[in-house]
Amino acid sequence: MSENVTLLDPTAETSPARRERLEPPESLEGLTIGVLDIGKVRGDVFCDEIARLLGEKGFTVKQYAKPTNTRTAPVDLAQTIATECDVVVEALSD
Amino acid sequence: MSQHTESMPTPSDGLIVIAKRDCPTCIMLEPVYAQLAEDNDGLTIYTQDDPSFPESVPAVDDRELEVSYRLDIETVPTLIRIQDGEEKGRAIGWNRGEWEDLSGKGGLGDGLPENQPGCGSKSVDPGMPEILAVRFGDVSLDARQIEVGAVDDEIEACYDRGWSDGLPVVPPTPVRVLRMLQGTTRDSQEIIGEIPPNLVPCTVEKVAINAVMAGCKPEYLPVVLAAVEAALDPAFSMHGVLCTTHFVGPIVVVNGPIAQRIGMNCGVNALGQGNRANSTIGRALQLVIRNVGGGRPGEIDRATIGNPGKVGLCFAEDESKTIWKPFAEERGVAPGKSAVTLYAGEGQMGNFDQLSREPQSLTRSLAMSIKAIGHPKRAPGHDVMIVMGHEHFRVYDRAGWTRERTMQEFEEVLTMPADDLLRGVGGVAEGLPASMAGKTVCKVRSGGLNIVRAGGEAGLMSALIGGWAASGERGSDLVTKEIGT
Repeated sequence: MSENVTLLDPTAETSPARRERLEPPESLEGLTIGVLDIGKVRGDVFCDEIARLLGEKGFTVKQYAKPTNTRTAPVDLAQTIATECDVVVEALSD
Repeated sequence: MSQHTESMPTPSDGLIVIAKRDCPTCIMLEPVYAQLAEDNDGLTIYTQDDPSFPESVPAVDDRELEVSYRLDIETVPTLIRIQDGEEKGRAIGWNRGEWEDLSGKGGLGDGLPENQPGCGSKSVDPGMPEILAVRFGDVSLDARQIEVGAVDDEIEACYDRGWSDGLPVVPPTPVRVLRMLQGTTRDSQEIIGEIPPNLVPCTVEKVAINAVMAGCKPEYLPVVLAAVEAALDPAFSMHGVLCTTHFVGPIVVVNGPIAQRIGMNCGVNALGQGNRANSTIGRALQLVIRNVGGGRPGEIDRATIGNPGKVGLCFAEDESKTIWKPFAEERGVAPGKSAVTLYAGEGQMGNFDQLSREPQSLTRSLAMSIKAIGHPKRAPGHDVMIVMGHEHFRVYDRAGWTRERTMQEFEEVLTMPADDLLRGVGGVAEGLPASMAGKTVCKVRSGGLNIVRAGGEAGLMSALIGGWAASGERGSDLVTKEIGT
């Protein structure tokens, strides 16, 4: 395995060296919430319950599932979620 | 930023030989190494390529080239006499007298020639000095280091961090940046100015990092530095050029001998793709604005539509001999010097007049196109750069028209009655206010029309590049800077 690569920062270095996460929204009101089942056993039970509870609170919820938990989400699925949702709950059932 | 804090120890007394198997002279000296080692009085041989070489005396493995780097070896074999930790002398290549003097032993290499030059040290192979400097040296690179995981794609990592203009960038590793800095004599930590919009002090090193990312070669760096300096001249108003809703971006015109030295294109497809220097120098400037200054599209860059040249547009002027001086010389740069001129320009409009053979006709013809820049009913005060093709320029050159004469003619034909341009005329709301009725206006401001020459031999063509709607003192003016070293 090759070693890590070092890059020199081309910027004014005002942002953290680690990539910043997106700021969470201040409120979920009016947003579409995705619930992604990553494909582990009984994840669907957990995700269905999360989706039901969010729905009862009046949120718009869309459910998705990865084909397998062993690999990253297919590009098509990631793009679909990004297009249709404002936030996503990526759920683990362990 | 040395990665090794403890240096590999070398003996403080005795003789040191640096050699490699891939050197016939080093191989020839096998019997000499044995002679030097006879009395066991402190001979250390370092081998650069093969730990089993030489065979006559055990060698220390220097395949990492640390000792070679620290001892500043340029040629193998090199013999060095060390005493009390200090070098007392060195012999480069094989010379019996020198080796005998340094070693204090007579009769070395009986039967060998008196003298035989060596080979290049592996520590000075092309590109190697910078690798070794990063690995072992005291490199004065100051930028923050970002670690990218071994399984991550470093080009994708640059995208993820927002360092790209949309095209792939060359990952700015310390070695690449160090090589880039070899292109200038300036100190890497010299501050060349504050980059808008955030007015961040920018070092030569930061420019070099962005030049690496843009794909520049080290010899382009002085041109990039001059372009950045030109952009920072208040007359250019880089902040305004950046944040305007107008189409413009900085266009770099290069004059002088450096254009040929770095292989710039002033000929066929001069404004197009295909030449590394043309394609990367303007891009490096824009990456400096983006990354150091924080000028990003959709944030401070508010261009409504923009233009493709904003990725970076740079070309050289065709300075082939005519009665016209090169553009930079017209603007005050001494003959024989190299310079950049920065112009805030939009996308180009083509004029392919195929029939004008007299300069009067061609001037009127080009003026028809110029009048349409921005809007046919908007005047005065525009800027335009005519990138005049070879065959169009020949019309002026054959007629013996000087630049001054040509400019006078353009001013005349670009002056028109305001009545034709008033609001509502021709059923078009855009236009001059009614208060301008009865007056005359010139489409371009004084000093706003500039002609540079570029393009292939064939084709009666010129490119017209409109300037910023706010040109001159109220906005951006052309800025010329001499290119340093």
